[in-house]
Formats: sequence, structure tokens, C-alpha cells
Amino acid sequence: MKGYLVLRVIAKLVIPFALLFALYVQFHGDFGPGGGFQAGVIIAAGVIFYALIFGLANARKLVPPRLVEILVALGVVIYGGVGVLGILLGGNYLDYFVLSSDPVHGQERGVFWVEAGVCVTVAGVMLAIFYAFAGRPRRPDPE
Amino acid sequence: MNVVFHFNYWVAMVLLTIGLYIVIARGNLVKKLVGLSIFQTSVYLLYISAGKIIGGTPPIIAEGFTIYSNPLPHVLILTAIVVGVATLALGLALVVRIQEAYGTIEEDEIQRQDEEP
Amino acid sequence: MIAIHFPALQVVVPLLAAPLCVIVRNARAAWLIALAVSWAMLYVATGLLAEALSAGVISYRLGSWAPPWGIEYRVDPVNGLLLVLVSFVGAVVMTFSRASVDHEVPRSQHHLFYAAYLLCLSGLLGIAVTGDAFNIFVFLEISSLATYILIAMGRDRRALTASYQYLIMGTIGATFIVIGIGLLYLMTGTLNLADLAQRVPQVEHTRPVLAALAFLTVGISLKLALFPLHLWLPNAYAYAPSMVTAFVAATATKVAVYLLLRFFFTVFGASFVLEQVQVPAILLVLSLAAMFVASTVAIYQDDLKRMLAYSSVAQIGYITLGVSTASATGLTATLVHLLNHGVTKGALFLLLGCMALRVDRVTIASIRGIGRTMPLTTFGVVLGGFSLIGVPTTVGFVSKWYLVLAALERGWWWLAVLILLSSLLAVVYMWRVVEAAYFKEPAPRARKVTEAPLSMLLPAWALVAACIYFGLDTRLTVGVATQAAQLLMGGTP
Repeated sequence: MKGYLVLRVIAKLVIPFALLFALYVQFHGDFGPGGGFQAGVIIAAGVIFYALIFGLANARKLVPPRLVEILVALGVVIYGGVGVLGILLGGNYLDYFVLSSDPVHGQERGVFWVEAGVCVTVAGVMLAIFYAFAGRPRRPDPE
Repeated sequence: MNVVFHFNYWVAMVLLTIGLYIVIARGNLVKKLVGLSIFQTSVYLLYISAGKIIGGTPPIIAEGFTIYSNPLPHVLILTAIVVGVATLALGLALVVRIQEAYGTIEEDEIQRQDEEP
Repeated sequence: MIAIHFPALQVVVPLLAAPLCVIVRNARAAWLIALAVSWAMLYVATGLLAEALSAGVISYRLGSWAPPWGIEYRVDPVNGLLLVLVSFVGAVVMTFSRASVDHEVPRSQHHLFYAAYLLCLSGLLGIAVTGDAFNIFVFLEISSLATYILIAMGRDRRALTASYQYLIMGTIGATFIVIGIGLLYLMTGTLNLADLAQRVPQVEHTRPVLAALAFLTVGISLKLALFPLHLWLPNAYAYAPSMVTAFVAATATKVAVYLLLRFFFTVFGASFVLEQVQVPAILLVLSLAAMFVASTVAIYQDDLKRMLAYSSVAQIGYITLGVSTASATGLTATLVHLLNHGVTKGALFLLLGCMALRVDRVTIASIRGIGRTMPLTTFGVVLGGFSLIGVPTTVGFVSKWYLVLAALERGWWWLAVLILLSSLLAVVYMWRVVEAAYFKEPAPRARKVTEAPLSMLLPAWALVAACIYFGLDTRLTVGVATQAAQLLMGGTP
């Protein structure tokens, strides 16, 4: 769809705001609707939008599949790492109370990092699914 | 009336039956996955509608509100939705591979091809 | 110090090792990670079982939230036994896997293959260790999704359709389980299994609870491949990579059986399920049907993996038969057979993996005369077959002995006769293998093959040795199983 000038201009305008909005949703998750899940999907949607307009090859240059693979794994490691940190600091697995001297603040900190992990993995998984399906060589119908 | 009072369960069970029927009755692998998704969605309804209490507010302590809806089913179903998405993605990926290997996604044709050699 | 975190580590270590495999993206490194984690998990599991046997129930609070609000991991002798079985099979299969996976899976996918295996291990261990009903569903799906991937990695294109079929059936099963759990949650307001056990009796004759029992029974039966819900199993086992077949056959259905026991005896209570609702009557009929129909079908299979898959369905019949006798002896038989069949089938599928390395597709035709060229492998298959039949001095004999005891205890002598008769069917299908391997003229390909490498033979023979050892020395298996069975019949988690 590279030939459509309007689409290209609009896409270039919208994508940065989409990514920014994802960050808003991510960090506003403490106070209202939002969180890592939604943020991750919005980030992925931004990249997928880019891929639709500028082509899959360009999107792969922007976010290489190898990076996507690492993102998927990294988010899980962050999430699990927060849990293991709880053990190292003397609590149970996924214990956020010990993450800070103030238990309430500890909860907040724990959830923050967990949400960060969720965001990274969800964005990665969504892109991985998109790449996997979109990147398949299309074959002519047998009929 | 009991039936009307429990209409949310009726909706869930009707969806469940529709989904299961599609899975059983359709030979097209993609349509089967659609049925499977509807089938799973019925469970989301079952959980979430039960978490709502008439007149209840979101579970945030504030003055003047004493009835709260139960947030736990939402959290549970968020997990179930993720599982559903993962299942659907994996199922579709398998269908793509099957299409590449067999050249068809109709169950009876795949069976015929398997029996041939 | 670290030992108090064992319940969490049991699940978390493989869960975190899986993304690590993806990040390192190297076949050898991923294999080493998976191998190290598998053996570490065996160490953790034996530690947990030993502590559960001596100190009673171990409870671990995730995130330090007190149960029943927070998620609780709870280990007692019943699931301790399961943890040891799953991690033991995992460790042995992982040791075996390198040469086999090199042969059957494209090298570029190895790191993902091992990551999926670790996720599957994590899910299975999670189902066993958790004390929270919804958590069970989540782990069930983690392990199932990983299993679908592993099965689809088989070389034959039929692996894809087998995996798809399993995905459909498995998801229906899992969804039924969630519906059951949801109905229980609606009636009691709790998801903690121990808490459910206390609250369910107050509402046990309401219709939603009965519906929950029905949904859970059908859902779990799909997962454990109880006849006639076993249709996904033969193809899935037959076309998956050898290592996957061995691992899944030895663990996945066993964990599902554990779930059935957990819900029947801990949550609903023995008296409710066994006496008031008459579940045993249904189980009895289905188990007998599984034993005879699946064994008979197994006789007519030419593909050895498929034959053993049908034999698995039959053996699952024996496992559920123990439940249907509704006695402590019967439950002991169930638990012992759970372990024994896990070890036996693990051994047999690993040995078939050795053969597959040399002849690719292991069929009655392709293994003709292989007893001369692969003597160790073939002899192992024979010993494993003895165990399936239930020849004395093998583990199969021990569990059938307890089954017959349970039948006689109830005065059902006809059941004892049927158990013995169905064992004869196992003699028939195993004899076909022996006949082909030893008494037929070698197939052109089987004449040239050499014995499988030691890295594969040793783990496979370790499981065969376990079949014999636990057949002679039953103190460990039967001892623990008796204790676990009494715990289940007592109803307290």
C-alpha cells in the first residue's frame, strides 16, 4: 500500500501517538483501566499498522524477528525474575512486600515490573504471531 | 421466573452448545476453530456474569458504597482469554502447515489422502 | 534454607529456563539447560516427597498471601508421588533425547523444541503441585499447548493433523474443566482445593455441584484418554518425535488421572462420589471396555508406536478400574499402576526411539529379524512387554496383583477373571513383536543396522531396570501408594 500518499502520511502521523498512548496505558494501569496487556497489544498494533502500510520487509527491518523472539522470552524472564527476587530478599516466590521497606510501596514496585514484563511479552507474542502468518509464502490455489 | 432470572446462564449454555456443534459438524478445519472459540467464549460469559452484582460498584472502597461486584472472575477470565488466544493462534498455525502439507483444509479430503498410500 | 521454596521452584525453574533456551538460540546449549533443569527438578521432587512423607502436608504461599485468598502450593504424598514420576521420566527422557532429537527434528528448531519441552514439564509439575483450582486450568493449558507443539514437530505430515485433533479435543476437555471449576466457584466462592473440600459438602446436592462433577469428570476423562474419549491419543503418540511420545505417554495422562483423583476424593469427598452419585459404576464399564477393546485393536496395528498407544488406552483402563472398585486397595492399585505404567511405557517408547533411529518407521515389517542386529534394544522391548502383560518379577505384575486383590476384596471374582483375560490380549500383541524381531527372516534394512548409541540405550535401559527393580522391591512404590490411598479415602487433603 506504499503508493497511497494519504495512507502513508496518516500512518506516519498516527504511529508515534499510538506508541505514546501505549506507554500511557501501561503506566496508568495503577490508577485506572490499563496495564501491560493492553499496552503490549497497542504497541504491537502500531508496528503491524506500519507493516501493513510500508510492507512486511520494512517492518522486519524496523523490528527484526530475532528481536521479537528475544522480547517474547525477555518478558517472561522479567516477570519470573521479580518473583525470584522475592525469594532472594527473604520472602516467598512473587512476594512483593519485601521489595521495599514499605510493604505498600513494595506491592506497587512489584506490580510495576510484572506489568512491564507482561507488556514486553504480549507485544512480542502479537508481533510473532503476525510475522508467522504474514511471512508465510503465499501459494496459488490448487483450483 | 427462574428461567428469566438465570438468563445469563442460558445464554452461556446456548453459546456452548452452538460452539460444540460447529466443532463436531463442520469438516473445515478453520470453521472448527471458529466453533472452538465460540465454545470457549461461553465460559467467559459464565464467569463474568456471575461476578456482577446488581447495584454493585467496582471494588474500590469509597464512602456511600457498600455493595461491590466481585473482581476475581474478571481476572480469572483475563487468563482464560489469553489461553484462548494462544490456542486459536496455535490452531491456525497448524491449519496453515496442514494446508501446505496436504493442499487442503477439508477434513474428509485429508483423510482420503492419508488412506491412499 | 532454599528447601522451603521447593514447591515454587519446582514450577518456576523450568518455566524460566524455557525463555532462556529461546534467548541462547543454540541447539547444544538449550539441550544442556533442559538436561540440567530436568535433573534438578528430580532432586527437588524427591526432596518434596520425602518431606511430605515425614512431615505431612507442605503448604507454600505464593506472594505470601494467606490461603484461601492467595494461591497455595500444597504437597502431600499423593502429588509428591506424581512430582517424582514426572520429573524422573523427564530427567531420563532428556538424557536420552540428544541423538534422537538430532535425528528427528531440524536443527534450527532445537532451541524452540527444548523450550516447549520445558514449558510442558513446568505445566505438568504445576498441575501436580498447585492447590488452587483455577491454577490447575492454567497449568493444564501450558502443558497442553506445549504438547501440541511438540507433537506437531514429528516428521510425518500426519503429525500435524494428529496435533490438530489433539488441540480440538484437549481444548474441549480443558474448557469442560473450567466450567466445572466455575460452577464450584459460583456455589462456594472459593478456588482453594482444601477450602473447597470443606465447603462443597454443605451444597453437595444442589444441581450446579452435580453438574460441576459431571463437567469435571468428562473434561478430565478427555485429558486422560478414558475410553471412548481416547480418539486423539493413538495418532498423537504415533506421529510425535520418539522422545516426545515417551515423555507424554509416561506423564501427561498420569497427571490427568491425578486430577481425577484429586477432584473425586479431596474436593467432592469419597463418600459423595463413590456412594451417593455412583460414579464407580460408569467408570467400571468404561474401564473394562478400554481394557478389552483397545487391547484388541492393538493386536491389529502394524505400526509399533500406534500399537503401544492403543495399549496405553487399555492400561489407562486398569488405572481407572482401581478407582471404580471404590476401596483403599483399589486406590493403591491405581496409584501403583500409575507409576508402573509410566515407567514401563516410558521404557518401551524410548526403546522404540532407538529402533526409529535405525529403521525410521518402526513397523512389524521393518523390525523383522532386528533381534539379531539390535539385541539389547530388542531384549529391552521384550522385558517391557513382560511388564505390560504382568509377568511376575516385573512392575506390571505388582499393580495387577493389587487390582485382583481389590476385586476379590469386593467379592467380584468375575472382575479378577476379566483382568487376567485382558492380560492375555497383551500377550498376543507383544508376541507379534517378539515373533517379528526374533523368528522372521531379517528385512533387508534390519540386516544392516547396528545397535543404538549408548547415550540412548543407557537411559532406556535405566527405565527397563526400574521396571524390574520395582517389581521385586515393592516397599517404595506400594508403601507410598498405600499411604497416599489412605489419605485420599480419608478425604483430608
